[in-house]
Amino acid sequence: MTQEALTSSGWPSALILAGLAAVCTAMVAVTHSATAPRIAANEQAYLEESLQPVLQGIDYDGKLSESTMIITLPHKLPGNEDVPVYRVYAGGEPVAALFVVRAMDGFSGPIRLLVGVDSTGVVTGVRVLEHRETPGLGDLIDSAKSDWILQFNGKSLVSPDAPLWAIKRDGGDFDQFTGASITPRAVINAIKETLAYFGDNREYVFAEVDSK
Amino acid sequence: MTDAKGVIETFRSGIWDDNPGLVQLLGLCPLLAVTTSFVNGLGLGLATLLVLTCSNVLISSTRRFIRAEIRIPMYVLIISSVVTCIEMIFLAWFPALGRSLGIFIPLIVTNCAIVARAEVFASRNTVGRSFLDGIAMGSGFALLLAAIGALRELVGHGSIMSRMDMLFGGEPMNGLKLLDDGFLLAILPPGAFISLGLFVAAKNALDRHGHQTNRPISSNTLR
Repeated sequence: MTQEALTSSGWPSALILAGLAAVCTAMVAVTHSATAPRIAANEQAYLEESLQPVLQGIDYDGKLSESTMIITLPHKLPGNEDVPVYRVYAGGEPVAALFVVRAMDGFSGPIRLLVGVDSTGVVTGVRVLEHRETPGLGDLIDSAKSDWILQFNGKSLVSPDAPLWAIKRDGGDFDQFTGASITPRAVINAIKETLAYFGDNREYVFAEVDSK
Repeated sequence: MTDAKGVIETFRSGIWDDNPGLVQLLGLCPLLAVTTSFVNGLGLGLATLLVLTCSNVLISSTRRFIRAEIRIPMYVLIISSVVTCIEMIFLAWFPALGRSLGIFIPLIVTNCAIVARAEVFASRNTVGRSFLDGIAMGSGFALLLAAIGALRELVGHGSIMSRMDMLFGGEPMNGLKLLDDGFLLAILPPGAFISLGLFVAAKNALDRHGHQTNRPISSNTLR
């Protein structure tokens, strides 16, 4: 094929592709505008719903996701990414803060945790948001699989004392699972570090400023 | 050709004779990855069925513009747009299932069963026949995914049809608990390969015992 033939046969192809791209883009755009409000509402509802379990027995005003702040790196919280904090208020007073942290030393990769702490530094609840631990062993940290994660409710760094924040095999106060000690160790350490951070930075966490 | 006999033949081909998963062994990545439960398998199967049907129809209706040198970009454009739309629809109306399937909905783009039907069938046949072909092949794939999901859930968890609420709404359901404890291997990745192997073997055994021993291999299968 000569150069000229190539160019002349190239144009229709280009036009066809451009036309098709326009049609496909329009299709995606229409679907997006039809679904976007529902998707946003679903995400909001899911967030509220997933924050709920770590707020056992706490009364609060308004929506949980309304007063969010991001603690940017570097920070002393577990994990190597920015930490979103949901601050919970009742009658204008801060009553709790919910941290989304990552325990980096899980058995098969990081474990994402939602840790709720009330204004006095007592755990209001912990849930595993995301993990890749072994099914049947490490995945017992998941509240859907066992009640293990519930034992942290009401605990703080003074009850039990900080050195007792470990599994029983390591001389601590918390249960381990048969056949899996790395996973509970990682979770316990992450909670402990979160409590320590909260103790040191309570004012910053509840600061009114819109921290970025 | 879209008479009753043709319709039956199309479905027979998609669900049994040329089943994309069992015979053509296409799209194994999602097939093996998400079939840890019946509802996940059925959910991804239905999503694939939708994508395949829509992409077949779109490709078939644009087939007179298809030129050999740009057909692959055209398929990619159409398939990826359809998948994007289906993903948004899932997130809007089946949010729990959408979260559970996660990355595997967007990954339908890479399911070679879809581009194979585009190339082998939709780009050469009428819109009506391509539509039927999409439904038939998609159903074959969805049924296989649901069946493998059911087997792995039954063996691995000892339950069946748990969390069907993710697809149909309503209260969270635990499904039928048939056994107290499961055999963990079925849920782990090797369980996926073993289950698929069992299904392929069962199909071959059934075919051998049937009257189809001398049936010629269908010509519209991509091998």
